[in-house]
Amino acid sequence: MSDTFLDQIMPQLASGAAHTHALGFVYEGYEGDRVRIRVPWREDLVGDPDTGVLSGGLVTTALDHVGGLAIWLALGTFRPIATLDLRVDYMRASVRGLDLVTEARCYRLTRTVGFVRAWAFEERIDDPIAAAQSVYMITDEAARAPNLEARS
Amino acid sequence: MSEAMLDRLPYARFLGLRTVMQDDALTVIMPFADRLIGNPMLPALHGGSTAALLEMTAIAQVALSYPRLRLPRPINVTVAYLRSGRPVDVHARATISRAGRRVAHVMAEAWQDEPGQPIASLTAHFLLAD
Repeated sequence: MSDTFLDQIMPQLASGAAHTHALGFVYEGYEGDRVRIRVPWREDLVGDPDTGVLSGGLVTTALDHVGGLAIWLALGTFRPIATLDLRVDYMRASVRGLDLVTEARCYRLTRTVGFVRAWAFEERIDDPIAAAQSVYMITDEAARAPNLEARS
Repeated sequence: MSEAMLDRLPYARFLGLRTVMQDDALTVIMPFADRLIGNPMLPALHGGSTAALLEMTAIAQVALSYPRLRLPRPINVTVAYLRSGRPVDVHARATISRAGRRVAHVMAEAWQDEPGQPIASLTAHFLLAD
């Protein structure tokens, strides 16, 4: 059961939505509690046309998304989640033409909240472009419908 | 000048951002498009697209206030998600809380129909000089 989730559902969660598909996210798999997404370099993902550096917003999006995957990896199954907050430190500019790789790890999971650290880099995680610390709410299936009604 | 600044940036074009100038403040609009959807079941905008809008709005506001600079570069950003982003347009505005010689502190908010009901807020530091 859980293998079906990890091997078939996780790749869809990584790149199956319209936004992640449009950005070209590629699922790179997991190892232990760490999971990766690769974003192939593309001209339209650049933040500064003079340098070819990828947009901070793109890096943030990839870090947010790979953090969600780390939560699902920790849960071992799909549950609706929502990012509560996300902090990204930008250590250096990315290199023009190189793919962006992101890796995340959920280091603490409670019934309602998951805490994540994530990194963005090109080739080596110890030479990061950016690092993130984020918190995700894990939605209780039973409480989900009333919440949605209250929102609309 | 800064009204057109975001049009130069490829990722701002990817997101379809439009800039509107009111007095001395910029409002940046991210018109709804299917490719911004992160959760097809709700449906909801990808939080990353809202974060990118907030960051671009902050960059545009700093560039407007400090036109001598090259693009301001983010040092760090913190985004709080307050409400789910519905599949409609998003608006954002940024305020520079303090700008020193090297660093600016900026806050920004994104909303949909009601400015008083933000869907996300951003706090960020930008490097003003290399």
